[in-house]
Amino acid sequence: MKRRLFLLIPLVLFVVLAVFLYRGLALDPSARDSSLLGQSFPSFTLSTLEDPERQVDESLLEGEVTLVNVWGEWCPTCKQEMPQLLALEKRGIRLVGVDYKDTREKGHEFLEKFGNPFEINVFDPEGTLGFDLGVYGAPETFLVDAEGIIRYHHTGYITPEDIEQTIMPEVEKWRAD
Amino acid sequence: MLSKIIPELGHFALILALLMALVQAVVPMAGTLTRRPLWMAFAKPLASGQFLFLAIAYLCLTTSFLLDDFSVAYVANNSNSMLPWYYKTTAVWGSHEGSVLLWSLMLGGWGFAVSQCSSQLPRDMVARVLSVMGMVCVGFLLFVLITSNPFERLLPNMPQDGADLNPLLQDFGLVIHPPMLYMGYVGFSVVFAFAIAGLIGGRLDAAWTRWARPWTNLAWAFLTVGIALGSWWAYYELGWGGWWFWDPVENASLLPWLAGTALIHSLAVTEKRGSFKSWTLLLAITTFSLSLLGTFLVRSGVLTSVHAFANDPARGTFILVLLGLTVGLSLLVFALRAPRVSHSIGFTWLSRDALLLVNNILLVIMTVTVLLGTVYPLLLDALGLGKISVGPPYFNALFVPLTGLLCVFMGLGPSSRWKQMSGRELFKRLLGAGIASVVIAAVAPLVYGGQWNLWVSLGLVMALWIVLSLGRDLFDKVRNASSLGIGLRRLSPAYWGMVVGHLGLAVTIVGVTMVSNYNIERNVRLAPGESVEVAGYTFAMQGLRERRGPNFIADTATIDVSRNGEHRFTMQPEKRLYLARGMPMTDVALRPGLLRDLYVALGEDLGDGSWALRIQFKPFVRWLWLGALLMAAGGMLAVVDKRYRRVKRRAQQPVTSDTSGFKEAQA
Repeated sequence: MKRRLFLLIPLVLFVVLAVFLYRGLALDPSARDSSLLGQSFPSFTLSTLEDPERQVDESLLEGEVTLVNVWGEWCPTCKQEMPQLLALEKRGIRLVGVDYKDTREKGHEFLEKFGNPFEINVFDPEGTLGFDLGVYGAPETFLVDAEGIIRYHHTGYITPEDIEQTIMPEVEKWRAD
Repeated sequence: MLSKIIPELGHFALILALLMALVQAVVPMAGTLTRRPLWMAFAKPLASGQFLFLAIAYLCLTTSFLLDDFSVAYVANNSNSMLPWYYKTTAVWGSHEGSVLLWSLMLGGWGFAVSQCSSQLPRDMVARVLSVMGMVCVGFLLFVLITSNPFERLLPNMPQDGADLNPLLQDFGLVIHPPMLYMGYVGFSVVFAFAIAGLIGGRLDAAWTRWARPWTNLAWAFLTVGIALGSWWAYYELGWGGWWFWDPVENASLLPWLAGTALIHSLAVTEKRGSFKSWTLLLAITTFSLSLLGTFLVRSGVLTSVHAFANDPARGTFILVLLGLTVGLSLLVFALRAPRVSHSIGFTWLSRDALLLVNNILLVIMTVTVLLGTVYPLLLDALGLGKISVGPPYFNALFVPLTGLLCVFMGLGPSSRWKQMSGRELFKRLLGAGIASVVIAAVAPLVYGGQWNLWVSLGLVMALWIVLSLGRDLFDKVRNASSLGIGLRRLSPAYWGMVVGHLGLAVTIVGVTMVSNYNIERNVRLAPGESVEVAGYTFAMQGLRERRGPNFIADTATIDVSRNGEHRFTMQPEKRLYLARGMPMTDVALRPGLLRDLYVALGEDLGDGSWALRIQFKPFVRWLWLGALLMAAGGMLAVVDKRYRRVKRRAQQPVTSDTSGFKEAQA
């Protein structure tokens, strides 16, 4: 009898996994709550990737419509996204990067390899800013208006189609405001 | 207008295949329970019929692609009149609906193959195996017909032209990668069916393992090739030169591969020694379950991935139910029917049995590691504990040392004996191989790179240890023969399969080690007339021109590559714009070689006449895939071993009836 119970273990493990998978179905990883929309960008004080001595805070984002992109060297999707970010920069959009859960060395390596569309990069090795932003993976992009208020949130990588269909219209809309 | 009804014919054929699968699932199994030979005899013709109608459905969809029938929604979304004909035939599996149709076709194909090669198998075994495969097929065909019908029409307002196949998929690697991968995934359904049939019938003797082994090896070999092709494709097509990203979809293919590798080894123990029976059955169920889990993860949208399919909640729920029923029921059958007392055939802690046990434990730990890393973000999210992402640091930190440990035992395994082995003898046999691999591995980085590198040495020591200990074993086996030729010929194909397979892993390890440590990558801007030197090669940009392809426009750069002032060859990287989707793509220029690849990707136009270029020097990168091909060849080689056919002949004699087989399993 004992041995039979023992043989049930795989089934029990599977049922537990299946319950989680079922819960997972209801949670869409790429469309999440936008509770931050309309809120001010969370306050932070972090150094920049470019200069470890220089501290920046949320006032960095005021004065101009800015796209804040959360990236990391460890994130393959971020590499795919870089051409689109470079294209956005070329179209005159101000981009600020958040180097998320990364090392300085790797971060620099990434920008050298894939190009640097960012005006400046906030270095967030512990993921504290990422946590306040509710980031759970990279890449994620936030559109912040000239008053420093989050207006749009894009989860996952920006495709070439997204540029035309969502990012540019959103930027134009909040610039006009 | 016969062509107008082709999609309807395909749809109808699919429904007929479903009905046949349904009968195949129920009647033969009922026949074994009520002992009606006539009912059991339904299995084989139904398996053939089911395969036939699946093939008809598949051909109908292919024809719709070739005829540019954009009234079929799937064709309209994944093809275009400008698409070359060969990509039209492969676009059939370019997206979700068609690829599950291909999945089902292959399932039918494996079932058909089993029915054709089973003339020597006991009738009740065939009936049960085909019946289980029929059940799996019913599940998949329901999935196709209810949630993912590729024959859905866009009538009466059909589009003028199609949206085109995703440019990433318009490529030779993608022509063969998915079919190979699916052949592997689906192929494991055969050993799964054998396991369930064995559990139900209570027949799990040595003959059972001999029937199951060739099918397992074959499926495993396909999966190996499929994974290697995927890695190769990502390498040249995505334009970053990476070859493995620990992406959820890649992990989904690695999981059944790891479990399948464990299964192959535990089947060996079960056949030779009659032990590990329950374990082997559990692995057989697990391997196929992981194939299904991979399908679920990729197609339900629960995880974000570079190559996830378009998601639809209805599909996710359906696959989860399918997964739950298949895996849940089979694990239940396992819990109820697994051999009650395993024959405790003794072996000492230094024996091939014990080493293979260690191999299995390590492979299972690796499987669990990858599984946890893959679903961890999902688990935390479901528990409301926040959102995290698990990246390569986690996988590399755990996977690499585990592989190292596995290699240590891989060296010992083939040289040791079943049941027990004297430690001193093993030591004496392998001391030379051990010393030689450490010395060579320590010196190699000095010779190759000019300076010592611990990681390179560690990687090479693993590879050399596998190769040299195999060499020693081969030497021991051949040395007593009257001549080398006779000695080599006496070795069985199964043995050669093991040698080639293990050699393949060593080759892959060399590739991983070298390319990870000696990769050189430079990002440069070059204008026509300028040049740059990377790893001793001079890359001179000659000029750029525009080229028109069948469905794209490309900027092509011409780069002359020379070494020591001597012109060697010309490389032509491209930046393509695919017209139908307006999607830009990088077409990498590659100069492959056994010892190094040169890799040039054309980046952005920097405006002042110069272009961004990414130039990479990738040493030994081919060895990665070459090793995988060797592993697959090893798996195939073992299939042709004579003993699998001999057994079949023996099985022609009157077979154990249900009850005696059952007693045997309970004994």
